Amino acid sequence: MRFQRRAAAVGLIAAGALLFSACGSDNNSGGGSAPQATGVTCGGKQALKASGSTAQANAITGFVNTFEQTCNGQTVNYTASGSGAGRNDFTGGQTDFAGSDAALSSSDLPKAQARCNSTPLNLPMVFGPIAIAYNVPGVSDLALDGPTAAKIFNGTVKTWNDPAIAALNPGKTLPANPIVVNFRSDDSGTTQNFQTYLNAASNNAYGKPSTQTFNGGVGAGARGSQGVTDATKNTQYSIGYIEASFAQKAQLPTAGIINAGGGSPVALSTDNVGKAINAVQVTGQGNDLTLDLNSLYKTTTPGAYPIALATYEIVCSKYADPQTGTAVKAFLQTALSPQAQGTLTSGGYVPIPDAFKQRLSTSINSIS
Amino acid sequence: MTPDGDEAEPNTVSERTTQRAPSDDPATQDRPAGSATMSSVTDTQPSTTGSSRTTSGGTGERVFRALTTGSGLVVVVAIALIGLFLIVQAVPSLLANNDNFFTSPEFNTTDASNLRFGIRDLLAVTLLSSLLALVIAMPIGMGIALFLTQYTPSRLAQPFSYVIGLLAAVPSIVFGLWGVLVLAPAIEPIAAFLQTYLGWIFLFAPGNLPVLTGTIFTGGIVLAIMILPIVTATTREVFSQTPRFQIEAAQALGATRWEVIRMAVLPYGRSGFIAASMLGLGRALGETIAVLLVIRAATSPSHLSLFDGGYTFASLIASAASEFSQPLPTGAYISAGLVLFVLTFVVNAMARVVAGGKVNG
Amino acid sequence: MSAALDAPERPAASEAFRAVSTARKVKNQLATVLVTLAFVIAVIPLVWLLVSVLIKGFPAIVSVDWWTKSLSGVTPDQARGGVYHAIVGTLVQALIAGIIAVPVGIFAAVYLVEYGRGRLARITSFMVDILSGVPSIVAALFIFALFISIGGLSQSGFLVGLALVLLMLPVVIRNTEEMLRLVPDELREASYALGIPKWKTILRIVLPTALSGTVTGVMLAFARVMGETAPVLVLVGYARAINFDPFEGNQASLPLLIYTELSTNPSAAGQLRIWGGALTLILIVMVFQLAASLISRYSAISK
Repeated sequence: MRFQRRAAAVGLIAAGALLFSACGSDNNSGGGSAPQATGVTCGGKQALKASGSTAQANAITGFVNTFEQTCNGQTVNYTASGSGAGRNDFTGGQTDFAGSDAALSSSDLPKAQARCNSTPLNLPMVFGPIAIAYNVPGVSDLALDGPTAAKIFNGTVKTWNDPAIAALNPGKTLPANPIVVNFRSDDSGTTQNFQTYLNAASNNAYGKPSTQTFNGGVGAGARGSQGVTDATKNTQYSIGYIEASFAQKAQLPTAGIINAGGGSPVALSTDNVGKAINAVQVTGQGNDLTLDLNSLYKTTTPGAYPIALATYEIVCSKYADPQTGTAVKAFLQTALSPQAQGTLTSGGYVPIPDAFKQRLSTSINSIS
Repeated sequence: MTPDGDEAEPNTVSERTTQRAPSDDPATQDRPAGSATMSSVTDTQPSTTGSSRTTSGGTGERVFRALTTGSGLVVVVAIALIGLFLIVQAVPSLLANNDNFFTSPEFNTTDASNLRFGIRDLLAVTLLSSLLALVIAMPIGMGIALFLTQYTPSRLAQPFSYVIGLLAAVPSIVFGLWGVLVLAPAIEPIAAFLQTYLGWIFLFAPGNLPVLTGTIFTGGIVLAIMILPIVTATTREVFSQTPRFQIEAAQALGATRWEVIRMAVLPYGRSGFIAASMLGLGRALGETIAVLLVIRAATSPSHLSLFDGGYTFASLIASAASEFSQPLPTGAYISAGLVLFVLTFVVNAMARVVAGGKVNG
Repeated sequence: MSAALDAPERPAASEAFRAVSTARKVKNQLATVLVTLAFVIAVIPLVWLLVSVLIKGFPAIVSVDWWTKSLSGVTPDQARGGVYHAIVGTLVQALIAGIIAVPVGIFAAVYLVEYGRGRLARITSFMVDILSGVPSIVAALFIFALFISIGGLSQSGFLVGLALVLLMLPVVIRNTEEMLRLVPDELREASYALGIPKWKTILRIVLPTALSGTVTGVMLAFARVMGETAPVLVLVGYARAINFDPFEGNQASLPLLIYTELSTNPSAAGQLRIWGGALTLILIVMVFQLAASLISRYSAISK
């Protein structure tokens, strides 16, 4: 009796497991699947491996969807393991390309060169604007400039009615409450880029190192962008820096930025970030498109929003295995296609403006 | 289950060495019939009468004994290996550390060639949050255990304790989510009240965060809720084992229900309750993800206030987990893990000593 | 337990001795109130928490896709796809842990109850207590140090399973041990009297008798490890597609899905997935706990 009951139970579990394993599926193509991209030469290695930046993970998801629709049977497995790990995996030969919030450093370069047996290329494929979000009752259109933002985030400016802020916001009533700074407590490219911006735009008045850790010395840390978003939303008189998409989704007001060219505050929008990207200068040689981030953060172009996180795909200019090269090229071509670029806005990124797209396109087509 | 499963038959020699050595009289080979618990035996094994009675039983006994002893050893070896490998991985980083490991409030591993890390603040935040959790969970846990064993009719005690057990079923990440989004804003007024009126005590003095949400105070309360089922379950078990005659003796003296508890239940269950609390403390010390989500990071060192922010050992390690790519910085976190391991080792060992065998973890 | 059942409110006869003073009555009443209050205090956060998870997560889990699809090809802001890949990962990783921890745990318990004498047994029993207190993050770090730092392996679901073994073992051992101790000695002695050797007595009589309790322990152990977040953070990468293979590539799990969506996805769809994932995880854990308590109720060892 007991044995039979046990056998029945085992049978039931087995049947359940079978049923379970049979009914699952990765196929989510029903309704609203990604459109095919045009102008892509498919082929090469079927499944590419890549890893790196978490900041561009959502963008890559959109690219991969389009890629799978465009090039039948081809895919990319992207692991969002962090930029450092991505570069290590790439130079170690475990992946076909890396996603990274920073271009290859001078210490990584020789390793990458050895791995590729050719020049590695840094391609800034994904741009994510960073918002300065705030929660100040009664204030809905705050304007800031680089030097003032730097003073807020390093604790020099302590209250909302500080003359520095008031000077940029004439005619607005600012409360006397202390400013609560919310920062990312985990290491992140967003923090690094934001601090680089603060240093650049304030002519080093910020005065703290631009690392992945927040060094401002004020405020309260929160875990991840969502943590900073929630903290800002739940704390009156607070301010924080987050990816634009988080601010939008949480309906937090974001500060307009007066860029290094002066003039009126520039609101955070796709167009305004595009203006800054188009004006950016490249320090990379030839097909390498390493950016001069100073030229982005200190842009003087009227109407350009200067705070954006630029993340790179790091690839070989010539792969040892041509099949891999073909597939990488096909994937990056797909990523530049209007179809794939169209998936970007919903993830909080900005589509690459046309002028800059031309430069990327030239570099990508040189990959073999 | 063993290599020589069904074929093996009783052996006649080696059995006598064990305490409960069976008779080796072959005449008694027939199985007793009728016992319900034995029926499964007859299910799984065909009649044994007439099958060969060779000496493989001795082998079977040896193999089985080795297998079980080996499994027991696995646990001992596992603990030894945990300690060993954490030490092996931590030592190079400890040697490369440019700061005092025990007194530095810093934990900076960004530059692998200039590691500066110490556990002072980690220890402070870990202990403060866990002890606060304990201070809250102990009286409530004891209350619940008394409620379930002494006040609730046994018909209801089962479903009620299932309800408390449900708290243990909630994954810690869910506690974290709820703690940071729902609980933290709700208890902010309490924190403000404590700071206003008890601020002269260092524990309630302003901390190193500019806000009163997401402090050690908040984290400690979340931890208290999380360890409540552990404290309750074990305490309840011990209380329910209070010898009947002691309770009845107290009742015979005309004691009220509370006096029965004070005279019989509490003295009997005290050590078990303390052990249960230690187990809860051990769990609170090592809790990771809920703390990571709830307690906010601060930019200045700990003030030893409950309104500080910061990291515990566990939450610091988890927060850096995605950056474990270079050996030396990783080793710094492993050395923090080693301290946590030693800490929980001591707490659990103390729980065991206090319990004196009454409690099973 | 029976004391609670039988404890009379106030024995009527006691009045013959002396009346209960007001102070004692008040004390008694106060204790009753406080003790009941303790229970209520514990129930408040539980209900609060479960209701918030239920309200926020319920809309997600009612769709069929939620249980049958992965998130492969779903962009973060699309409210499509499901968590099948994460359920698979959670179960596969727990299964790996179970395959190793259950036999080892049961045998270790047999050792402690039936064979263990002397110093080694005392040390083993002590170490089981220590192991039960090892934080999951430390278990994860240990596996990381041993297999990734030193062994050179890359992250995988299998390593998560190994870390979970360390967390499962003490639960399995303690529950099995308790059950084995409940098996009446008469049963063992009857078996010995029939000339059945000790090891066979254990395998054929003691363990089957304790089976239900053991299964309960195993279920509880599964429930304990499936909600663990720390090991998956350290030991495996997140994948949006189904991966049955624990040895190769990334593997999602419910805690990792919740954590990933929480830190990377601000959209409404992400919020839905976070709370839906939390609810799904609670449901799965509860199923295992319920199974455990049902098994123990229907087939407890009768004394």
